[in-house]
Amino acid sequence: MSRPSAESPTAPPENGEPGPPAFRTWRGVYGFVLGCFVLQVALLAVFTWMYS
Amino acid sequence: MNTLDYIVLLGSLLGIAAFSLWRTRGHHDLNAYLKGSGRTHWLTIGLSVMATQASAITFLSTPGQGFQDGLGFVQNYFGAPLALIFVAVVFLPIYRRLNVYTAYEYLGRRFDQKTRLLGAALFLVQRGLGAGITIYAPAIVLSTVMGWRLDVTIIASGLLVVVYTATGGCEAVNLTQKYQIGVIFAGMLTAFFVLLAKLPAGVGLGDALTLAGGFHKLTAVDFSLSPDRRYTFWSGTLGGFFLALSYFGTDQSQVQRYLAGGSLRESRLGLMFNGVFKIPMQFFILLLGALIFVFYQFERPPVFFNPAERQAHATGETGAKLRAIDSAFATAWGQKRAGIDAWLAARQRGDPAATAAARAEMLAVHERTEALRVETRNVLAAADPHAKTNDTDYVFITFILDHLPHGVIGLLVTVFFAAALSSKAGELNALGSTTAVDFYRHIVRRDASDARYVAVSKWCTVFWGLVAIGFALFANLAENLIQAVNILGSIFYGVVLGLFLVAFFLKKVGGTAVFWAALAAQALIFALYFLRHVLPVLDFSYLWYNFIGCAACVGLSLLLQFVLGSRSPARAADTA
Repeated sequence: MSRPSAESPTAPPENGEPGPPAFRTWRGVYGFVLGCFVLQVALLAVFTWMYS
Repeated sequence: MNTLDYIVLLGSLLGIAAFSLWRTRGHHDLNAYLKGSGRTHWLTIGLSVMATQASAITFLSTPGQGFQDGLGFVQNYFGAPLALIFVAVVFLPIYRRLNVYTAYEYLGRRFDQKTRLLGAALFLVQRGLGAGITIYAPAIVLSTVMGWRLDVTIIASGLLVVVYTATGGCEAVNLTQKYQIGVIFAGMLTAFFVLLAKLPAGVGLGDALTLAGGFHKLTAVDFSLSPDRRYTFWSGTLGGFFLALSYFGTDQSQVQRYLAGGSLRESRLGLMFNGVFKIPMQFFILLLGALIFVFYQFERPPVFFNPAERQAHATGETGAKLRAIDSAFATAWGQKRAGIDAWLAARQRGDPAATAAARAEMLAVHERTEALRVETRNVLAAADPHAKTNDTDYVFITFILDHLPHGVIGLLVTVFFAAALSSKAGELNALGSTTAVDFYRHIVRRDASDARYVAVSKWCTVFWGLVAIGFALFANLAENLIQAVNILGSIFYGVVLGLFLVAFFLKKVGGTAVFWAALAAQALIFALYFLRHVLPVLDFSYLWYNFIGCAACVGLSLLLQFVLGSRSPARAADTA
C-alpha cells in the first residue's frame, strides 16, 4: 500500500508559527486557550452567584 | 409540520449531501478516502470535530436537561479545553510523525499487534453501540412527536448517511459537517431569539434570567466535594478531562477528523478552536433549556412532555388518574403563576421582606407541580413497566412544535437531523476505516492494492451503518439520551486512554503487560458499573470511570511489567 508523506513539499514546516495574528508561538496559543477556559469558569461562577 | 417545513428539511439535508459529494468527486485513492485531500483548512477541521461530537442528542436532549436540572451539566465539559491542549501537544505530533491512518496503528508500532487489535476492538464495540444510539435518539423523539413511523425514520436517515459516507469518504464527511453545523448554529440562534420574543411583554432577558435563577436553574458551577453528585466542578474538570482526552485523543471518529488537516498547524488550530468554543456552546444550549423553563412559567406546559405515551394510557383507570393529576396541575400552575407575579412585583418595588416571602411561596408551589410530574410518571410506570417515563428529551421538540412558526419548525427539525447525520457520518467513517486498516489489512490481506482497500473500507462503512440501523431498530433506553451516550463512552474510554498514556510515557512497559492490564482494568470497570445497584458505595458519578479505568490500566501495566521483568526500551520516535 502506498503511504504518501504527511507533508507536501510546499507545506509549511510542522512546527512553524501558528499563523493567526498576535500568536507567534504555539505556547502563546495554548496559553490563550487556557486563559479562555479560566475566564469562562470564572464568568460561570459569577453568573451562578448572581442568579442563585 | 407543513409543506414549507418539509421543503426546508429535505432541501437542506439532501442539498448538503449532494453538493458535498459533487465537490469531492474523483478523490478516491486510499489516502484521500481515509484522511481527506490533505488541503483541509483548520476552520473546517474545527467545525468537523465539533459536528462529530455534537450529535442530535446534544441539541434535542440538552435543552431538556437545562429545563429540568438547570445549567449544571455544563461542568461535564470543563475538562475538554485542557484535554484538547494535551492532545495538540502530545498525541497529534506523534500521529502525524508516524503518518498513521488510525490511532490504533500507533499501538501496533509501539507495542505489538495484539495490543493494537485490543484498542481497535474496544473502539469498535463502544462506537458501534454508540452509533446505534446516535441514530436511534432523534428518531425515537421525532417519530413519537411527529407521528412518523419509527422504523421508517431510522432506516431513511440511516441509509442517507451510509450512502454519502461510504461514497465520499473522509473529505465528503468533513465538508458535509461544515455546512451542517452552519445550519445547526442558524437554527439554534433562531430558536433563542424567537423564544425571547415569545416571553410576555415587559419580561426581557434580564427578568427571565432572574426568574430562572429564582428556581435554581442557573447554578452552572458547583464546587461541592460530594462524590455522589453527578456534575461538580471537580468531577467535570478531572473526570471530564479523562473523558475528553480519551475521546479526542484515541477515538478514531475524532482522530480521523483532525488528521485530515493539511499540516500539523491546521490540525492543531482546529483542536484549539474547539478548546475555546466548546464550553460556550454547551452553556448556550443549556441556557436555551432554562429559558424554555421560564417560558413555561407564563404559558401552561403539559404535565408530561411525551404526548404519545400519555395518549396511550388515556382510557380506563389510568386515564382517570392522569386526568385528576392534570386538573391538580392546572390549579397548582395557576397558583405558581400568581406567586411569580407577586415575586416580580415585590422585586420591582424593592421590598426585600415581600420578595423573600413571595419567592418561598413560589418555590413551594413549584415543588407541588414537580411532584405532580413525578406522580404522572409513577402512574404511567405502574400501568406499563415498559412505558417511557423520562420526558426531558421531549421538552424542546414540544416547545418547537407548539410555539414556533412554520418554516422555523422545519429549520429546527433540520437541525436535529443535520446533527444526527454529521456525528453518524464521522462515526461510520471511523468504524469503516478501523475495520479495514486494523483488521482486514493485518489479518486478512496484507498486500492488496489501494483500490482494494478503498473498496473494503466502503463495504465496512456500509456494514457498520447497517449494524447501527439494526441496533437502533431494537434499542430501548431508560436513561436521558445525552447521559446514555456519556455513560457508554465512560465505560470504555478510560482503559483505551490508559493504553495510549502507557504507550506515550512509560517506555519500559511492553505489549504483554499493557495488554493484560487493559483487560483487567476493563473487567474492573464492568464490575463497578454492574454492581453499583448492589453496593451503594459504588453508586458514584460515571465520569469517574474514565479516571479509574485509566489509572487501573496504567498502574496494572507497571505492576505486570515489574513481575514480567525488563524489556528492550521503546523506540524514542514512538513515545512522547
